[in-house]
Amino acid sequence: MRLINRKPGPSWRISLAMLPFALLLVAYLAGSAARLAENPQDKLLPSVVQMADAVERMAFKEDPRSGRYLLWDDTAASLKRLAMGLAIAAALGLSLGILAGSLPLFGAALSPLLTVVSMIPPLAILPVLFIVFGLDELSKVMLIVLGITPVIARDLEQRAREIPAELLIKAQTLGANTWTLILRVVLPQLLPRLLIALQLALGSAWLFLIAAEAIASTDGLGYRIFLVRRYLAMDVILPYVAWITLLAWLMDLGLKRLTRAAFPWYEGGRA
Amino acid sequence: MSFIQVRNVWQQYGDQTVLENLRLDIDQGEFCALVGASGCGKSTFLRMLLGQERPHRGQILLDDKPLVAEPDPSRGIVFQRYSVLPHLSVLDNVALGLELPRAPLLGRLFGRAKAEARTQAAQLLRRVGLDHALDKYPSQLSGGMQQRLAIAQALIMKPRMLLLDEPFGALDPGIRKDMHALLLELWQETGLTVLMVTHDLSEGFTLGTRLLVFDKVRNDPQAPGAYGARITYDLPLNLDRRATREAVAALPAHVTGALKTA
Ligand SMILES: Nc1ncnc2c1ncn2[C@@H]1O[C@H](COP(=O)(O)OP(=O)(O)OP(=O)(O)O)[C@@H](O)[C@H]1O
Ligand SMILES: [Mg+2]
Repeated sequence: MRLINRKPGPSWRISLAMLPFALLLVAYLAGSAARLAENPQDKLLPSVVQMADAVERMAFKEDPRSGRYLLWDDTAASLKRLAMGLAIAAALGLSLGILAGSLPLFGAALSPLLTVVSMIPPLAILPVLFIVFGLDELSKVMLIVLGITPVIARDLEQRAREIPAELLIKAQTLGANTWTLILRVVLPQLLPRLLIALQLALGSAWLFLIAAEAIASTDGLGYRIFLVRRYLAMDVILPYVAWITLLAWLMDLGLKRLTRAAFPWYEGGRA
Repeated sequence: MSFIQVRNVWQQYGDQTVLENLRLDIDQGEFCALVGASGCGKSTFLRMLLGQERPHRGQILLDDKPLVAEPDPSRGIVFQRYSVLPHLSVLDNVALGLELPRAPLLGRLFGRAKAEARTQAAQLLRRVGLDHALDKYPSQLSGGMQQRLAIAQALIMKPRMLLLDEPFGALDPGIRKDMHALLLELWQETGLTVLMVTHDLSEGFTLGTRLLVFDKVRNDPQAPGAYGARITYDLPLNLDRRATREAVAALPAHVTGALKTA
């Protein structure tokens, strides 16, 4: 059988999915063991035991100086910023996308602006944000908002344009005015797209969050990683990165599940 | 005067003339079948009647008044595709037409008004044979059921004019026959004026009380866009049916069925 026609069965699929992870893990363990055998003080590839110790220290013991559980504090701080950024970006992106995509007069004014704004590298204006909004929470949230809103808005604008003209005409023959047409036809059709756009923007959102925390913060997952970097504390950094990855993956999964559960008509509508 | 008067209407896009000098009078309650070669401007004509586009030249009058230049509830439309809203259930697709005009702020009704709208929508859906599928989404329906839904959705508005653009073009012959019967019954009951574009000449002959043939009579090979299509034949059909319909229209409202009284 040709390779292109060979498909894995369900159990094969799981095994194949695990395989690369298992290989990476084995390679890491082997490398770590080899380096530590040569030099027990080596910091680059900490052993599993060392990392477990670090997790225990960060997550389950009070920090001697602040008396707090650092991992959970960092997680809460970061997730709060991320959630605020995502929520504001979703609301803004949705509104801009609907305006630009379904009202030609607004689209004429907004589309070029959105295109240009989306070209600005958000990190390049981070200093501006710090100057304008100060060094506290607001500027970090704003970085996420500025970073992903244009992407979401442009995606939704495009999706709004793709709604068949027939449906908009049909709604008008059913007695819709512009506002109710948006409310009952455009908005509900864009909501699942919004969740998908958020899912795709999640990676960038984390990037901007970590960057802002690394530069100016006193807590947060990104702050911690960049803080302990000074001591080459790979035993803390690696579990933190794994934790961030897990959180991001769970959010991605959650959005996917939510799209399916909240909009049962959506996948079927594609067919 | 006639219900619809088309007065020397021209339509062109850029320098391509699509329709030229259409002159036509359509009475209330007629069932016009529109046929013609692909690309000759039948859909364009329907779009102008719907108010989706304006004629380049000329004028269309509805009850002696210039046609409202945007789609409104007095004119219903069923397209070949994309006629129903994919995110609403069958019942909500029809009930929407009762909610939108009465709720200009929120676009939806609540409480008793909502329940009433849904009951009324369900009645009409029973009439088109969809009462077993009220909670389904359009993507779960067959092509024929989707078009039934689209027709019910248009009829709930009690439009004065129903425009159909190849509504059954994508259906297989057996289902098409059922749809013909349904459409004829609804037309008899409601007193609607129907304009239907079809590629199937026999469909036009079976259903219409009038057949309008669109054709390009003049053609300049040097400038293919210079001339547009006209109505070259205007044939009365099924005179008996027209008479029946007029007789039905003369009956008092309470005997002519749910659609007219609902
Ligand atoms: N918005 C538009 N801009 C430019 N040209 C258009 C536009 N709409 C229609 N046309 C042109 O007008 C002509 C008539 O189109 P129309 O869709 O009315 O044809 P039709 O008779 O409905 O054809 P069919 O039977 O294939 O549906 C076509 O040549 C088409 O390319
Ligand atoms: Mg057409």
